[in-house]
Amino acid sequence: MLELIVISTLNGVLFGMLLFLLSSGLTVIFSMMGVLNFAHASFYMLGAFFGFQLTKWIGFWPALVLAPLLVGAIGMAVERYGLRNTHKHGHVAELLLTFGLAFAIEEIVSMIWGKSPLDYRVPALLDFPAFTIFSTNYPAYKIFMLAVSVIIFVVLLIVLKRTRVGLIVQAALTHPHMVGHLGHNVGRVFMAVFGVGSALAALAGVIAGPALVTQSDMAASLGPILFVVIVFGGLGSLPGAFIASLVIGLVQTFAVALDGSLASAFGPLDPSAGPSVLTDIWNVTIAQVAPIVPYLLLVIILIVRPMGLMGTRE
Amino acid sequence: MRKLTLAIAVIAPMLGHAASAEDTLKIGYIDPLSGGGASVGEGGLKTFQYLADELNAKGGILGHKIEILPLDNKTNPQESLVQAQKAIDAGVHYITQGNGSSVGAALSDFVTKNNSRNPGKEVLYFNYAAVDPSLTNEKCSYWHFRWDASSDIKMEALTNYMKDTASIKKVYLINQDYSFGQSVRTDARKMLGAKRSDIQIVGDELHPLLKVTDFSPYIAKIKASGADSVVTGNWGQDFALLLKAAADAGLKVNWYTYYAGGAGGPTAIKQTGLDGQVFQITEGFANSGNKGAMDYEKAFRAKVNLSLWYPRAVNEMRMFKAAAEKANSIDPVKVAAALEDLKFEVLDGGQGIMRKDDHQFLQPIYISSFGKLTESEPFDEESTGWGWHLVSRIDTPQAMVSTTCKMARP
Repeated sequence: MLELIVISTLNGVLFGMLLFLLSSGLTVIFSMMGVLNFAHASFYMLGAFFGFQLTKWIGFWPALVLAPLLVGAIGMAVERYGLRNTHKHGHVAELLLTFGLAFAIEEIVSMIWGKSPLDYRVPALLDFPAFTIFSTNYPAYKIFMLAVSVIIFVVLLIVLKRTRVGLIVQAALTHPHMVGHLGHNVGRVFMAVFGVGSALAALAGVIAGPALVTQSDMAASLGPILFVVIVFGGLGSLPGAFIASLVIGLVQTFAVALDGSLASAFGPLDPSAGPSVLTDIWNVTIAQVAPIVPYLLLVIILIVRPMGLMGTRE
Repeated sequence: MRKLTLAIAVIAPMLGHAASAEDTLKIGYIDPLSGGGASVGEGGLKTFQYLADELNAKGGILGHKIEILPLDNKTNPQESLVQAQKAIDAGVHYITQGNGSSVGAALSDFVTKNNSRNPGKEVLYFNYAAVDPSLTNEKCSYWHFRWDASSDIKMEALTNYMKDTASIKKVYLINQDYSFGQSVRTDARKMLGAKRSDIQIVGDELHPLLKVTDFSPYIAKIKASGADSVVTGNWGQDFALLLKAAADAGLKVNWYTYYAGGAGGPTAIKQTGLDGQVFQITEGFANSGNKGAMDYEKAFRAKVNLSLWYPRAVNEMRMFKAAAEKANSIDPVKVAAALEDLKFEVLDGGQGIMRKDDHQFLQPIYISSFGKLTESEPFDEESTGWGWHLVSRIDTPQAMVSTTCKMARP
C-alpha cells in the first residue's frame, strides 16, 4: 500500500507539473490581457509538431529552443493582426477569434502531418531510468519535465512580480492610456505578452510530445482540462494555477489507484436485488470515473468559491 | 442556346459517371481515420485498397471493378451511422468495419433496420475485427458476417494455453471500458476460474477507450498487485501507451494480449526487452510457416510498407468473391445466402467455415510470442529486428464456442 501511495504521488506530481507548464501560458495571457485564449492548447500542439519536425532535422535540443520561438512569433502575429483588431469589439469577439483559430490550427496540422500519431521519441541523452523506487523505474525524461516546469514557474513569478517589465505589463492592462502617456508602446507590450504565452505553450508541447502522444487531436484532448486548472486555481493567478495543477494531477492519479466503489463502502446495503441500473452505479469503482473527477472538482469549486482558489475577481 | 450547351456540359459527365458507377462495386470502409484509432484505421484502409487492387488486376468480382470508399467514423457509433447512410446514398451495398464493437453493434442494428425497411436495396455488413461475442449471439443479425474470431473464441484458446503454463499464479486484467473490453474481462474471469481455479485474479481494471495518454498510474497499480501476468484486450494507442508506460517503469510480467501486434506495440515491446514474454492470439501472422501466406506477406510488405495485420481481411475479400461467383450475382441478398456455410481455405492454411447459425467464421487460431527470430522466420515488425514466433496452433474444431443466436431470416 505504501508503495502505491509513494508511486502515485510521484506520478501525480509529474502529471500536475505538465498541466502547470501548459496552463502557465494561458494564465499569463489571461491575467495580463484579459483574453481567454481558446487556441492555447493548439499552440501547445503546434509546439509538439514543430518540435517533432525540428528534432528530425536538427536534433532535440535546438528544437527545444527554436520551436517555442517559432510558435511565439506566430502568437505575436495573431495578436498584432487578429486580436488587436477585434479588441475594440470586446471580449466576445476575441473569444470567437481564438475559438476559430483552434479549429483552423487543428485542420492545418492534420493536413500537413496526417492524423495518426507521430513517432516522436525521447532524446537518447535522457532515455534512461533516473532512479528506482520500490523496483519501479523513474524515467530521467520525466524528471526533466518536472525541472523545466519548476524553473518556468519561478522565472515567471519573479519577472511578473519583481521586475519593471512585470510592472509595466500589469499597468498596461488596468491603465493602458496612462502607460501610453508615460512613453511605453502598449500595443507592443500586449504583443510580447501574447507571444510569451504562446511560446510557453509550445515549450510544453515540445517536452510533452515524446512523453504523451503527438497527434492532431492532442489539443482537443487536453484543452478542456486546462480550463479546469485555471478556473480551479483562480483566473489569472499564477500561484493558483500551480496549486490547481498539482491538486488535479494528484486527484486524477489517486482516483485511478483506488478501487473503492459504493458497493464496497456500503456493503451491507447492497441494492443488488433492485433494478440493474442501480447495481451498475453501485459497482462502478473510483478508478473507472477517474477521468471525470477533475470536472467534478470544477463544478464544486464554482459553487463553493466562484473566484477559484486564489483568484481575485469573480 | 448558351444555357442549353451549359446544361449539356454539366449533365453529360454525370450520365457518364452513372454508367461507370454501374460497373464498379463500391465497398464502404467505415473506420477511424482520425483521433486515437487513426493509426489502426489507416492500416486497415491500406489493406483493403491493396486487396481491391489485387482483385481488380484479375478482373474484379464477376467483371465488376472494386472500389473502396473510405469513411471516417472517429471510432464513434453515432458518427458511423451518419457515414453508413452516406455510403448507402452513394450507392453502396457492402460496408466493412472493424474497429470498435460498440460501432459494430450500431452498424449491425442499422443495416438490419435498413434492410427490413428498404426491400430490394439491401446492404451487407462485413465485420473484419469487431469481436464482441454479442454480435453473433443475442444481437446476431442475418446481414452481419464476422471474419475475425469472436472474443470468447480467442479467450477459450488463450486460456487453454494459459492453463498448461504452471508459472502463472497471479493475473491482472486491464481492458478498455466498452462492450469488447468488458467481454474480455468477464470471459477471462469465467474461463480462468473454470480451468485453473488456483490462479488468483489480483486486479480487474477498466479504463476509458482511447482517451488515456499516460498509463503510469495503471502500471503502478499492476506493480503493486504483485501480478506475474497481465491479460488485456487493448488495441491501438491504448496498447502501445500501456506498454510504453510499462517499459518506462521497468515492469516485467508476461502479457497475454489480443492486439500486441498493432501499430506501436512491437516497438514498445522491444524497448521493454520482453523477449518471448508478450503473447498474442490471431488468425494468422507473418512467420506462420505457411508458404502461400509468407509469399503473400512479402508482396504485401513490398507494396504497402506495412505488415499484413489483417489476414482475415484477405479471407473476407476472397470469400466475398467466392460467394458472388457461387451465386453468380453481386446482389447482396444472393451473396448473403451463398456465404452461409461456405467452406474456405484460409490464407494461413487450413479450412474455415462461415457458420450458418450465427455468421461467425470459424478458422484455425494461432498463439504467437514476440521476440528474437530464428533463420526460418524472415519477418520482423516495425524494424525492431524482432518478430512473431509460433507458440501454438489451434485447429478449427478446437477453436469453436457454441452460439445462442436465434437468427431472424428474411
